Amino acid sequence: MEEEEDTRDFNERCAQCSEVNWGLTDGGRYYCRSCHNVTERTREVVNTDFMTNSRVQTISKGSRKQEKTDRGCEWYVCEGFQLILKKQAEALEALGVCPQMKDEVLYNFWRCYLQKSKQAYCNRPAGETVKALSVRESSTDVDSEPERPSLLHLLSLSESEGDLQTDCSFASSMSKVSESTSIYSGSVDGSLYLMKNQKEKLRMTMPMTLSFCYMALLWLREPITLSELLRFVVEGHIPYLNVFQHFPEKMKLCGLDLKIFCVESWPVYEEVYNKMLELAAFLDLPRFPDITDSCFLHPDMLCIKYLMEANLPDELHNWTCRVVKKIGIGEVDFLTLVPGNKSTRKVKYDILAAAVIVVVLKLLFLLDDHYEWLLSDFAEERNKNNKEGGLYFEFKKWYEVVKHSLDVEQKKLDEERAKYLWRCEKPLFYSVKNKSRVLKRRQMVVNLQNQFGKLSGSVRRAEKPNPSSFQLRWSEENTDGSCFHGHSLKGILQEKCGLLTAMNPDYWLCTVKLCNEKLCGHLAHYREVDFPQSYHFVLRLFSFLLRIQPSYIHDEVCMIEHKLFNKKLYKKLKYNTVLRK
Amino acid sequence: MDSFLEEEEDEEAAVGRRRSPAAPAGSTLQPPLHLPFLPVLLHQPESSHEHKLNFKKSKEACLSYIQDAMLQKQWKRAAEFLTFYVESLEKDYSREPISPSEMIWRIGTEILCHRSHSSMKEFNCFMEQMKTLGVKRYLKVCLEHVFHLLCNGQIDEAYQNLSLAESWRFGEQTALQDKEMKLIQAYRGLLDYYSWSKQKNVLLERGLDGFADLSVEQEMHSCFRKAAVNLKEIIKIPGVWDLFVKCYVDLLEFYGDHNEARQVLNEYAYNSKFPANPNAHVYLYQFLKRQGESKKSVVSALKILHDIVPSHELMIDFNTMLQKSKKRKKRRLGLEVIFAALDYAGWKENVKAWSCLARQVKQIVISEKHLDWIKQEWNSRKDWWPAFHFSRYLAKRNWQENKSLSYEKALVAGILLGKDGKYFKYVSHQGCKAQVKRFRILKKFVNRHNPVYLRISGLSDSSVQP
Repeated sequence: MEEEEDTRDFNERCAQCSEVNWGLTDGGRYYCRSCHNVTERTREVVNTDFMTNSRVQTISKGSRKQEKTDRGCEWYVCEGFQLILKKQAEALEALGVCPQMKDEVLYNFWRCYLQKSKQAYCNRPAGETVKALSVRESSTDVDSEPERPSLLHLLSLSESEGDLQTDCSFASSMSKVSESTSIYSGSVDGSLYLMKNQKEKLRMTMPMTLSFCYMALLWLREPITLSELLRFVVEGHIPYLNVFQHFPEKMKLCGLDLKIFCVESWPVYEEVYNKMLELAAFLDLPRFPDITDSCFLHPDMLCIKYLMEANLPDELHNWTCRVVKKIGIGEVDFLTLVPGNKSTRKVKYDILAAAVIVVVLKLLFLLDDHYEWLLSDFAEERNKNNKEGGLYFEFKKWYEVVKHSLDVEQKKLDEERAKYLWRCEKPLFYSVKNKSRVLKRRQMVVNLQNQFGKLSGSVRRAEKPNPSSFQLRWSEENTDGSCFHGHSLKGILQEKCGLLTAMNPDYWLCTVKLCNEKLCGHLAHYREVDFPQSYHFVLRLFSFLLRIQPSYIHDEVCMIEHKLFNKKLYKKLKYNTVLRK
Repeated sequence: MDSFLEEEEDEEAAVGRRRSPAAPAGSTLQPPLHLPFLPVLLHQPESSHEHKLNFKKSKEACLSYIQDAMLQKQWKRAAEFLTFYVESLEKDYSREPISPSEMIWRIGTEILCHRSHSSMKEFNCFMEQMKTLGVKRYLKVCLEHVFHLLCNGQIDEAYQNLSLAESWRFGEQTALQDKEMKLIQAYRGLLDYYSWSKQKNVLLERGLDGFADLSVEQEMHSCFRKAAVNLKEIIKIPGVWDLFVKCYVDLLEFYGDHNEARQVLNEYAYNSKFPANPNAHVYLYQFLKRQGESKKSVVSALKILHDIVPSHELMIDFNTMLQKSKKRKKRRLGLEVIFAALDYAGWKENVKAWSCLARQVKQIVISEKHLDWIKQEWNSRKDWWPAFHFSRYLAKRNWQENKSLSYEKALVAGILLGKDGKYFKYVSHQGCKAQVKRFRILKKFVNRHNPVYLRISGLSDSSVQP
């Protein structure tokens, strides 16, 4: 029944038997029920949202011209991004983010962006000029227009701004296209979009859609970190890759549009984060709502989460709070984002919290590949002789348990990454010319996938996992002793004047001098071989949990250490220089 | 931009110097120093972009998983990962040395061959798809497909495929395509030869009944013509064509064209453009033997084989032939040949080889002539043969496993290493204990000729006479 409804709109006669009796294949194509002839036509996704979207209307002004040719309707690049943002916001809402995010915050940010970048909500939208040009383009098939930029110029555009990857069909047809020199895009302004020098305008890119999302989440102080957001993107809970397949059928993507909307890599933490800062400054946003100690993003809160996930004793939380308090990184002014304020260092909440835990581990266990094992041996001895009053935390046992899980999960993740399917069913082609080639290739890929899928016995990828904040789970209900949350730190603490202090009297600094982050890009430099293995293991653990490079956590560790030991370090350096004199 | 600016500055500085009278005279003659380009960003931070997972990296990782799985013969796992790798077909830049489509063809073929339950139909379907993937690879894929069909006994299908490939044309033929086409034709010729030989056998069988079928005979001749034309073509090109040469020679010999056959084999063996190929000499030797050719030409064929592959199995025949010769030089060569063969581990336990050596050595010792031959051969081997052939361990094992081998070896050892050598001592002791007659005779023989050992090992220099 459903199928009949789907095929109702298609009432052409079949080319082979001239019957009108259509069915739908699994791939969404029409086939003739009488003679089993399969057409090239696919079912059009009917999206009434799009046509009645008032926001879109404000841009295009008036009714859309529907051209007779196969080029679909007129649309603008920003409309594409608007659709993507909408999809992403809906997905976030489904994940439990408050509805305000989509309808108020993100909507307003986006409107503000369109206005600031003069794309809409202003007297003379930049699109006007674009439109004029595009009309000329479509009406006459001009080959040589002086103001028309060469395609080569377009291709040489720096890609550092965004992730404007080229599609295969795009690259392979480059040579052919340059002959005809027509810059080709399905959207009205796709060709100009990449060309314009938008230094002061902040051009929209695919990774920036996530910057928008993160900014909105941060504004609402939603309990989701950037690393988590990106993980959800990769796990497929938030549309990103191939999101264009949700575009209505009439919005045809081709030519340079592919460069804008087609991504072939996962978003990178740094990039999304930096773009978010840039965006916030570009939009002239005021100071963001305060991050207080009751917020999820506050280091004291995040540390609880990461301590749990790292299977460390709950007692450590007391220590992370003390470190946070001592160096003032729990202060509202430190944590709250003030766009455009260049004097303060911007906070990456998730990395900061992980780094605090690493510093605490260094304070208590030293992590020099020696002292932590010594303490562990003591704890083991004690646990053997005395089973009352809870177990003492054994570093060695913890290491073995966590390393095992980490290795298993890492292997799983690596395999998943290798097994990722990047292409969707909706094939894209740079131009009509290579359409049939692209379709043929696509068909062959599907055939081969089926053939070898059958051989391996696994049909397609397993369904995506349910979204979860935790990647590693440890439960005290397990009786195998693999959970360390309840273990006590007694063995490594001693009482001094009524205060519990660490037995460990020493500390080693990751670096004596910090680099200039603005010049060098990093506060410190991490090379695995230069550091103890225990330290590296801890970094690797958090690097896995946050899906970022260990060096980023290391940077933050160095920053915290320098705040913590600032006075001592200063004295020591002075003393050394005096000695040398 | 930076580098550009820098260059300009340099230029300016040079101009300034030229104008300034205070500058030393020498500097005006020197061209301005051009500094090399610097990267745009001086402090390139180690960016996370290098670690960014993208299409290409994901597929590269996928490929290495496939390779690992294949190395461990985990075909199911390899197939699983290949399912995800095939996507790279859609992003196939043929600029890469080995393109994804080639990878998929090779890996897919390997997997399908090893999954025993995958049907021939499935394989054919895969191959047909691969054929459409690249013009340059078309003939190669066809050939591979044909091999697989042949391995599965589908000779008619293979023949059909070859004919189809032969009629394929695409644009201008490159030199490479030309060669591949020759190969396709040669394999078709081979199949023609196959049906020729089948019909020949039919005819021979019926011939015994005194009944000859004219149509079968005609068909057989037409097969011969088709096969001969194609086979003749391919063996003109320098290469290793053992199979084709053998078949072609068989055809020629059957129809009595021995001159042509001889020419083909001579060309195949002696043309310096062809790669060195021991089989070429083997075929020539076998042909000459069949033809009852003079000893001289046979020996010269084997001599070359000896030079290329001293351990070849024909060396036994060669040695036997040479030992019988009346010429000293040839007998000397025979000794050299058999010694050289026994340098190889493959001959270690070959009774025939050892008996050849034992016979010749014994002959020389008895005649007391040419002891210097043995001495010369032994010279380069005396520091490693004792451990390689004549250890006590081997004596024990040879005695247990093969008495006649230990007999022949003991004879050689006794002469080369004297009566106190480990090998001889052990074997003769065991032999006498078991009261085997020939071992007792052997012991006597060695004892009697013990001085020979001193002479060939150079222990009594004065007694060595040419």
